[in-house]
Amino acid sequence: MSLRSASGASRRDGAVPPTGPEAGAPPSAGKQPAGRKTLRRRPGRPEIKQKFRPLGKQPLGLLFSAPYVIFILGVLAYPLGYAVWISFHQFYFTAPGVQVDRPFVGIANYITVLSDPVVRRSFLNILVFMVINVPLTVGLSLILANALNRITRLKTFFRVSYYVPYVTASVAVIGVWLFLFQQNGLINSLLGVLAPNPSWLVNSWLAMPTVALYVTWKQLGFFILLYLAALQNIPEELYESASVDGGNKWVQFWNITVPGVRSASVLVTLLATITGANLFTEPYLLTGGGGPDGASSSPVFLMYQKGILQGNPDVAAALGVVLVLGVLVIALIQNRLVGGRSGEE
Amino acid sequence: MSITSKRASVDKRRNLSVGSFILLALGAFVFLFPFYYMLIGSLQTSPDTSVGGAFPEPGNITGENYVNINGSINLFKGLVNSGIFTGGVILATVVFGLLVGYALAQMQFRGRGVVFAMMLLVQMIPFQLLLIPLYVMIVRDYGLGDNYLGMILPFAINSTAVFVFRQYFMQLPSTLFEAARIDGASELRILWQVAIPLVRPAIVTAILLTFIGPWNEFLWPFLVTKDQSLQPLAVSLANYISNIAATASNPFGAILAGACVLAAPAVALFIFFQRQFISTNLGSSVKG
Repeated sequence: MSLRSASGASRRDGAVPPTGPEAGAPPSAGKQPAGRKTLRRRPGRPEIKQKFRPLGKQPLGLLFSAPYVIFILGVLAYPLGYAVWISFHQFYFTAPGVQVDRPFVGIANYITVLSDPVVRRSFLNILVFMVINVPLTVGLSLILANALNRITRLKTFFRVSYYVPYVTASVAVIGVWLFLFQQNGLINSLLGVLAPNPSWLVNSWLAMPTVALYVTWKQLGFFILLYLAALQNIPEELYESASVDGGNKWVQFWNITVPGVRSASVLVTLLATITGANLFTEPYLLTGGGGPDGASSSPVFLMYQKGILQGNPDVAAALGVVLVLGVLVIALIQNRLVGGRSGEE
Repeated sequence: MSITSKRASVDKRRNLSVGSFILLALGAFVFLFPFYYMLIGSLQTSPDTSVGGAFPEPGNITGENYVNINGSINLFKGLVNSGIFTGGVILATVVFGLLVGYALAQMQFRGRGVVFAMMLLVQMIPFQLLLIPLYVMIVRDYGLGDNYLGMILPFAINSTAVFVFRQYFMQLPSTLFEAARIDGASELRILWQVAIPLVRPAIVTAILLTFIGPWNEFLWPFLVTKDQSLQPLAVSLANYISNIAATASNPFGAILAGACVLAAPAVALFIFFQRQFISTNLGSSVKG
C-alpha cells in the first residue's frame, strides 16, 4: 500500500510532462495500455487515487444502465414470473388497493384450458397458419431477396415497395384486404365463376389460409431485408466459379445461395413462427373475431376473450404459458430441421 | 472455346437479370397495389368493386369519405394520441438507450455482462405471455388505464434499438474515450460531445425501428384505453371497423379513408429515410 502510493508519488514528477502530447493527439491503439497506466496513477483526481475498484473502472456505467435494468425487471421480468404465478392460482380482477384471497389451485387452470374444445381448435388453427405461412415466408423472401441482389437498376424502388406493408399499421391494411376479399370484392370479380362460395373470410376452410396469406404479405419485406444482409456475405467468386463449371442458375441457387444463408433461414423461420403465435389483430378484425365459428380464432385472441372480456385472467395466463411452451417446442424442432443440415453437408 | 463459354455465361447472367426483373416487378405490383387501391377506394362516392373500379373515374371521386370518418372518429385527435404514444416511446428509447448502449460498449463496470445478457434474453420474451400480468399490474394495480403513461410503459425502451446503439458505439475506437477521460471530461460530457455526434446515423435507424412498434400497435392500447379521446388512431379505426362501420352509408369508403390517414405518416417517413433502413443496419442488429 505504502509502496504503491510512493511509486505514485515518484511518478508525479515524471509523468506530468509526457501526458501533454498524449492527451492532445489521439493516442494510437498500441500506446493504449501505457496511457491507461498513466491515467490510473495520475494525481489530482479523487476517483483515480482509488486503488481498489469493486465496481469496475467506470462505476458510473451502473448508473447509466440503471433505467434500462429497472425497466426490464419491472415491466418484463416481474410480469413473466407473475404470469406463471397467476396461472397456478384462482385469480380475479380487483380495483386498485383491494385485497382478496387468491387460493392456490394447482394445475386446475391448465386442465380448464386444455379440455376446452375452443382452445384446441385455436391451436389447430395456428398450426394450419404456420404450415402455410412459414414455408411461404421463407421461400418467397429468399427468392425475392436473391433477385433483388442480382439487379442494379430500380433496386431502391423494389426494396422500399417490399417493406411498405411491413411498416404500415395492420389495422390500416386490413381495411383494404376486407375490401378486396369481400363477397363481391375485386378478387372475386376477377375470379368470376371460380370465386369461392362462401367467400374467403367467411368460409370456414378458407378463413385461416387467407389470414396466413395476409400475414405473409404483410411481413415479407422485413424478411427480405434480413436475407439481403445474409446474401451480401456470400462471396461473388463462388458464383463465378460455379458458372465457369457450367452450373446453371438453379444449381447455383441450391448449392451456393441456400446453404450460404442458412443461419438467416433459421432466424426467419423462428421469427415467422413467433409472429404466427402472436396472431391477434388479424382474427379480431379480418375475420370479425375468429369467425366463422371459431375457424380462425387464435390463442392470443382467446386470451383476450377469456382473460379480459370474461374476467378469467387465471385461465388466460395458463393459456399463455401453454402457448409459449408450444412455440418453444416448435422452434426447437425447426432449428433441427433448418439449421441441423449444415452439419451433414 | 473459353471465350464462347464466357460469352454464354454473360448471356446467362443477362437472362437471369431479366427474369429477376420480371419477378421483382410482379412482386412490387402485389405489394403496392393494395395501397393504391386503398387510396382509390377512399375517394369513391360509391364503392366500385369491378375491375374497372380499380382505375380512377372522374365522376366517382369525392372527399366525402374523409369527412364521414372524421365525423365518427376524430382523426386529428387520433393522430395526436398516436403521436404522443409513439413519441413517448421514441424519447425514452433514445435517452435511456443511448445511456445504456454507451455504457455497454465503452465503459467497464461490474455487472456489464449481466446487463448485456439481459438485453439479449429480453428479445426472446413473448409479449403474449406478459399480456395478462401487465394488464393486471398497469390497469388494475397502478390504475394507469386510460393514461398515456400506461400505454407507453410496456414499450418504453426498445431493446433492439439498445442493441443498435451498442453496436455503433462498439465500432468507435476506445482510445478516443480514453483520451477524453485523460482530459478530464466527465462520462456524460464524453457521451454528449464525443460519442453521440459520431453515431447520428444510429439514432435515425433506432428511431425508425422504434417507430414501427407503437405507431402500428393495436392490442395493448386497445386493452388500456376505453376512453375514446385517448385512443391512438389504430385503435379508434379498429373500433370503427368492428362496431360502427355497418351503420355507415359507404362503410368501405370511410374505412379506407381512415386507413389512408393512418398509413400515410409511416409510409412517408420510411420512403424519406429509406437509406437509414437498409439491410446492413438491421442485419447487424439481429445477427448479434
